[in-house]
Amino acid sequence: MTQPVNNKETTTDIYRRQFLGKTAAAAGLALAPGMILTEVAHARSADQPASDKNRWGLLINTNKCGTGCTACVSACQTENGWGEINKSEPHSKASQKAVWIRKVKLKDKLTGHVQSLPLMCQHCEHPPCVDVCPTGASMKRKDGIVLVDKHICIGCRYCMMACPYKARSFIHEALENQKVHAPRGKGTVESCTMCVHRVDTDGTPACVEACNAEGHQAMYFGDLKDSNSAISVELRNNGGQQLRQDLALNTGVRYQGL
Amino acid sequence: MKKTIPFLAIEGRSSGYYMLLAILATFILASLGAFYYMEHHGHYVTGMSNQIVWGMPHVFAVFLIVAASGILNVASISSAFNKKAYKPLARLSALAAVALLAGGLMILVLDLGRPERLVIAMTYYNLKSIFAWNMLLYNGFFAIVIVYLWTMMQRNLGKYTRVAGTAAFLWRLALTTGTGSIFGFLVARQGYDAAIMAPMFVIMSFSFGLAIYILVLMASYNWTERPLGDAIFNRLKNLLGVFVAAVLYFVAVYHLTNLYEAQHHDFEMFILRDGGIYTQLFWLGQVLIGGVIPLIIFYTPALAKSRGLVGFGALLVILGGLAQVYGIIIGGQAFPMTIFPGKEVIETTFADGAIASYVPTLAETLLGLGGFAVALFLIAFCVKIMQFLPASLADKDVDPHYKAS
Repeated sequence: MTQPVNNKETTTDIYRRQFLGKTAAAAGLALAPGMILTEVAHARSADQPASDKNRWGLLINTNKCGTGCTACVSACQTENGWGEINKSEPHSKASQKAVWIRKVKLKDKLTGHVQSLPLMCQHCEHPPCVDVCPTGASMKRKDGIVLVDKHICIGCRYCMMACPYKARSFIHEALENQKVHAPRGKGTVESCTMCVHRVDTDGTPACVEACNAEGHQAMYFGDLKDSNSAISVELRNNGGQQLRQDLALNTGVRYQGL
Repeated sequence: MKKTIPFLAIEGRSSGYYMLLAILATFILASLGAFYYMEHHGHYVTGMSNQIVWGMPHVFAVFLIVAASGILNVASISSAFNKKAYKPLARLSALAAVALLAGGLMILVLDLGRPERLVIAMTYYNLKSIFAWNMLLYNGFFAIVIVYLWTMMQRNLGKYTRVAGTAAFLWRLALTTGTGSIFGFLVARQGYDAAIMAPMFVIMSFSFGLAIYILVLMASYNWTERPLGDAIFNRLKNLLGVFVAAVLYFVAVYHLTNLYEAQHHDFEMFILRDGGIYTQLFWLGQVLIGGVIPLIIFYTPALAKSRGLVGFGALLVILGGLAQVYGIIIGGQAFPMTIFPGKEVIETTFADGAIASYVPTLAETLLGLGGFAVALFLIAFCVKIMQFLPASLADKDVDPHYKAS
C-alpha cells in the first residue's frame, strides 16, 4: 500500500530543493574564478612571499645534451648579462670572470663512456653556502631557489669555499650595463638564480627554453612538489641522480644518465 | 719574603725605538695603500680568482689570528695554571694577544669585497655560520683579554686575575677551535672536512704564538738592555720545542688518516708528492724549516746555548707556520674538487678537475705584512705608555733557586 501524497508538502519540498540548488550555483559562481585562478596561475604579486608549496627544480638528461652545444650557456649570459658576449668584465683574467653555468664533458674512468652536461648552482635543500654565510646574504627561498642578496653580501667568499659544485663567482671589478632583473655588483658573490624573475612570473629559465629551442629537450623545469608536473613524472618514471649525493644536500637540480 | 719584580714602561726615547716605529708605520701605510689599490680597482688586480678565492691576505690573517690566541698561553700558564715563574710574563702575553688579533682582523676586513659593509656583519649574525661564531669569539676575546689585563695591572683587582685568566684561557680555546673549524667543517673540499683540524689549529696556535712571544721578548730586553735570564728563557724555549713536536704529530695523524682512506689518496699524493710548490712548502717549509731544524736547535745543548740560534729557531717556526697555513688555505683550494666521482673531466670552461694556479701579487703580500706591522706597532707603542714589561727577568729575580745546568 502506498502512502497518500500530500500536495502541500510536495510543493514546499520542490521549492526548498530549488532554493538550495540556486544558492549552491550562486556560491559556485562566486568561488569558481578564484579557484580557477589559483589553479592556473602560480604567479604571485610582488608583495607575496615565495611559498613552500613549490620546490622548483631542474632535470637534465645527459644523453640528450648535445656535445659541443652551448645554447644554455649563451642563453643564460644573454638573459642575465654576464660572460664574454656582454663584455661585462674586461679587466678580469679568465679565472676571475663570472660563470653562472658551464658545459662539462666527462669520461668514465672505467668504461670510457663520454657525456656532456651543464653545471650550475644545484639549488640544494641544505645549501652549504647558506649555512656558512655570516650575514644571511646567501639565502634559500621557501620555494627552494638559492640566491645571494647583493645588498648585504660583504664579499667574504666563504660561500665559494663551501659550495661543492664551484657554482659561485666573485665579481672582481666594477660592472656596467647590468640587467634590471639581474643586479650584479663588484665585490659581491653571484650564481645561477634559476631565472627567478621568470619563475615568479610563471616563466621558464632561459637555459631550459634555449635547450628546447635547439631541439635537444635535455632540460626539464618544474615543481618537484607537484606530482603531476612533467619533471616529477619524468623523475618517477626514469629516475634522476644528484651530484655528490653522498653529501645529502637534496639538490633541486637532478641528472639522468650519469 | 721575596719582593715582586716591578713593571716599568720602557723609556722609548732612543733613535732605535723611533726607527722601529717608523719602519712599522711604513709597512702599515704600505698595506693601507695596497688596500686602497685592491678596493679601488676590484680584486682583479690580485692573484685571487674564482678558483682560489682566499689568497695571501688570508694566509697572514689566519696565521695572526691563530698566533694571537696562542700567544696568550704564557699568561694562561701563570693565571689559569698558577705557575709563578710565568707571572712577570703575563702582561706582555695578553697585550700581544690583543695586538696580533687586531692585526689579523685588519687584514681580513680589508680584503673583503665590500669592507664598508662590515657593520652588517657586526649587527646581523647567521648563527649557523662559523664565520659569525668567530666574529662573536673575536669580539669576546678582545673584551675578556682587556678585562684580564686590567685585573693584572690595577693593584686592587689582583684577586680577580685568576678568574679572568681562566675565562680568557677557555675563550681562547674556543676561538682557535672556531678558526680551525672554518676549514674543518667544509665538506666540499678534499683537503678540509676533517674534525682534527680544530685541535690541530689549537696546537698550531701554541707553537706560532710562543715563537712570536720569544722573539718579542728577546727584542724588548735586548733593545732596552734589561736582563733576561736563562731560567725563564730556557723554560720558554723547551716549551716551544714541545709545541713544535706536537704540531708535527697532529700533521702526521691528519695525513695518515687521509692516506688510509682511498678517496683521499689523490689529495695526499698532491700535497706529499706531486704538488710542486705545495709539496715543497710541506716538506721543506713546514716539516724541515718549521719543525725538524727548530727541534734540533732547541734540544741540542750545544746549539741551544746560543740565544741567537734559539731566536733563529723561533723565526723558523714562524716561517714554517706560514708555509703550513699557506699549504692548508691555498693548497686546499688548488686541488680540484671531486664533483663527479669516477669520472674524468675532459672539457670544461671553468677549470673543473684541474689544479688551480695562484701567484700572489705584491699588494696582497703587503696587506698581509701590514697585519704583522699593526700588531708589532701596537706592542711597541703600548710598552712605552704603560707598564707591561718587568724591569728585570734575571734569574735571581725570577727564580732564586734556579741553577744553570
